[in-house]
Amino acid sequence: MEKLSILLGKSIRKVTKLRGGSGSALPGLIIERINPSFINQELSKLPHGVVVISGTNGKTTTTKIVSELLQKQGLKVFTNNTGSNFVRGVISAILEDIKLNGEFDYDIAVLELDEAHAVKFSEVAPIDYSLLLNVQRDQLDRFGEIDHTADLLQKIATATKKTTILNREDPRVGKIKATKTEYFGLSDKLIKKFPSDDDLISKQQTKSSNKPACIVFKDLHNNQATYIYDKKDYTVDLQLKGMYNAFNVAGALTLCHSVLPNVKMQRFFDDIEDIKSAFGRGESFQINGAEVELLLVKNPSAFQLSIASFADSDCDFMIAINDKIADGRDVSWLWNVDFSSLKNIKVVSGIRAYDMALRLKYDNIKTEVVIEDLEAAVRKFANSSSKHKRIFATYTAMLEIRKIISGKSIL
Amino acid sequence: MKLKILHLYPREMNLYGDHGNVLAIKRRCEWRDIKVEIIEHEPGTGIPDDIDIIFGGGGQDSGQGKIEQDLHEIAPRLKEYIENDTPCLVICGLYQLFGKYYQTADGKKINGIDILNITTDAGDKRHIGNIVIKNGQFGELVGYENHSGLTSLGDNVEPFGEVILGAGNNGKDKTEGCRYKNCIGTYLHGPILPKNPKLTDFFIETALTRKYNTKINLKKLNDEIELKAHATAIARPR
Repeated sequence: MEKLSILLGKSIRKVTKLRGGSGSALPGLIIERINPSFINQELSKLPHGVVVISGTNGKTTTTKIVSELLQKQGLKVFTNNTGSNFVRGVISAILEDIKLNGEFDYDIAVLELDEAHAVKFSEVAPIDYSLLLNVQRDQLDRFGEIDHTADLLQKIATATKKTTILNREDPRVGKIKATKTEYFGLSDKLIKKFPSDDDLISKQQTKSSNKPACIVFKDLHNNQATYIYDKKDYTVDLQLKGMYNAFNVAGALTLCHSVLPNVKMQRFFDDIEDIKSAFGRGESFQINGAEVELLLVKNPSAFQLSIASFADSDCDFMIAINDKIADGRDVSWLWNVDFSSLKNIKVVSGIRAYDMALRLKYDNIKTEVVIEDLEAAVRKFANSSSKHKRIFATYTAMLEIRKIISGKSIL
Repeated sequence: MKLKILHLYPREMNLYGDHGNVLAIKRRCEWRDIKVEIIEHEPGTGIPDDIDIIFGGGGQDSGQGKIEQDLHEIAPRLKEYIENDTPCLVICGLYQLFGKYYQTADGKKINGIDILNITTDAGDKRHIGNIVIKNGQFGELVGYENHSGLTSLGDNVEPFGEVILGAGNNGKDKTEGCRYKNCIGTYLHGPILPKNPKLTDFFIETALTRKYNTKINLKKLNDEIELKAHATAIARPR
């Protein structure tokens, strides 16, 4: 059955690719139906097991950090970087890599799964380690309410066989129970800069949690981050951009330490300096001699942290808000973001450009121009005066803008 | 001139940017040189005597649990304000709790404070999506709804609007929300006020007229962005 599934899955993949499809989900869908235990069979072969990374914000970047840190220690890492983080997406990714004789030549799987799909995954496949980042308001029209999302994360933790790594500063994640837990956290100084979902609403100062943490993110100056491990400070120069990515590093390091406890922490700290941001998470482009950074904003906490990290006064900004299904139909979350520290908003764009302009107006922030069409907006923004530009965009707006910029249609 | 706004449970009851409603009232006052003071009411604190507008948003179940007892404690004061024509806006969760009761899926009855003659029963699916309603006084209003509770209006109760797109109170009778005197209860998040400036100005004008005991006519503002955002939202699919 295993060999047959592999052969069949690979054939479907080939056919869908030949017919011009991406070859991504269909083979997984079919194998999921005809051989539901396939995924369990294959992933159980991995000597270091399966890591699942979940939470509202930071999954993609954190998965990238963990995969690369483990690779640098010589592990062969299987990851679902096709962006299809459904169970069937994982199956499709396995089918792509597995040999016809059933040889699946990896040491460990590091998988990014959103909360609901991670729970489904845990029902059909083993989870050895999980890293749970945060619970924040995301696309509430998809999941209902955030306490429900926290329940999903608890289920992932319950299904985790070895260690569950938790963000102790998130009021919902910090409470999660598991067989074995390890925490990562923030210093008292930084916690004020990381509003939890509750803090976004009513600004209340919090102190960092008193749970013992493996890694504490202590401080950040420009891109120089300091972490505490075993009471000692470690300072590193990050290529990853932004405060929230520097915090994700703390989670990634805690996870890597759990997977490879015999590797000296200093080695992970050395390697972290080489790691770059993931697609759409602080990617940079050159347009007309100016550096343009594209930043994904998909919910209030991510947007707030992006503003806190990137609101330099010499920078020009564009904001693009779409409300397609992948962005979330509901745009009310914009009202849970405080924009009052932003200046130089040159262009506001996207399907819901006027909602964004309206939001800014009620924070008494001026928008120079509203252009709903993304291509026209990017062209206008390319001609703004500053050599340093940043674009905040929701998911589908980010994809379109990336295509516009990389297609060079504006140059 | 000055207005005092009572914001009920800003911490526990704020899903879907509902506090944007308070911000909308505040800015539209400030832009007309009307001073605004916002009193954030948390459980366990008293209600001042000189409130001009009352606002409360929606919350998730855990938030509603935390405020239930306090809401019953302050209910007599809220009733007094609303009987005296104080403008009041309550959304979703607090709309339901301003009614007679909310019956949960497992049959538990949560008593409301009986200011609005409505009852709500848990439904078996969530009504989620863009919603457009029509109101004789304010025209077309646009928002976003997300609720599983099904609300029925009591006898002789005026709905807030008629549903054009979406579910509204119960997905059946085309009614949305409820109005009693100057108290409006509704399922419209969005938040409702920024994109429906006529409604925002109604609260401000009514509050000023009542406070200063003379008919106040508000200065006109440039609402170009508000109206464009309104037009975009109305044209979006559910």
